[in-house]
Amino acid sequence: MALVKVYVNYKKSILNPEAEAVHKALQRLGYENVEAVKLGKYFELTVADGKSKADLDAEINEICDKLLANYNMENYHYEIEETEAAQ
Amino acid sequence: MKFAVLAFPGSNCEMDLYNAIKDIIKEDVELVSYKNDSLAGFDAVLIPGGFSYGDYLRSGAIARFSPIIPALQEFAKSGKPVLGICNGFQILTEAGVLPGSLQKNVSAKFICKDETLVVNNDHSIFSSEYQKGQLITLPIAHGDGNYYADQETLKDLVANDQIVFKYTNNPNGSVDNIAGIVNKQGNVLGMMPHPERAVEDILGSSDGKGVFQSIVKHIKSRGVIYE
Repeated sequence: MALVKVYVNYKKSILNPEAEAVHKALQRLGYENVEAVKLGKYFELTVADGKSKADLDAEINEICDKLLANYNMENYHYEIEETEAAQ
Repeated sequence: MKFAVLAFPGSNCEMDLYNAIKDIIKEDVELVSYKNDSLAGFDAVLIPGGFSYGDYLRSGAIARFSPIIPALQEFAKSGKPVLGICNGFQILTEAGVLPGSLQKNVSAKFICKDETLVVNNDHSIFSSEYQKGQLITLPIAHGDGNYYADQETLKDLVANDQIVFKYTNNPNGSVDNIAGIVNKQGNVLGMMPHPERAVEDILGSSDGKGVFQSIVKHIKSRGVIYE
């Protein structure tokens, strides 16, 4: 099995008011050295064996383009971890 | 003529739309489940507001893969009128039927109040009953109503006169104060404000009636489109 970790976040040009609210809260709490906050989404996909690396890459990209990310406003990247018992 | 009102799990404005068409506009209307795969026999399709699939992932992102969507895309391609309101607008952008996307309101708050809109295009299928520059009052109720399109898309929207409604007092951060746009072909309108909640004076405003009357006028003057 493989564990695919997908990170989706907003493009630089996109406002992220939720992250802004978190950032302001951190400043209120005194963490003034925190200069910026981004808030995105994180997915873990547990994938069965049987596909080549190239095929799996193509499939994960397709999944991200089709559903997990909206290319208008989001970017994504992912890591594939080979694992015996992905949780 | 016959309207379809789509209903997804989590839609909550389908009966408002249904009643607006049946009682006020006085045309035939039928609820159509998201599980159906045909829109045969309908002259116009309305996609209601609400929180389809709980807004999980992104507003409209999961509804966009419902069994009814390929039929909706075909319907839109054939040139027949499609109107998506609020979550319906979000579903249309996620499905790639309309350009751009709807993000969190700049304030990060859910906003539920009346807004004044200005009619920016009075010759679309959906707005011919209004005058350009006319001010109308419609309620909004959304958390993700901040319309975003990149500069190039925005230029196209302006050049093709696709911006139908604008906010006079931008409540959510939408680019160019956009409240509603049509596709390039002009037969699909997405808008965040709720015309179906403003169709009789007892509701506070009847300014929304014109949207549905415009659709009816268009269809009755156009005759039949054969697929």
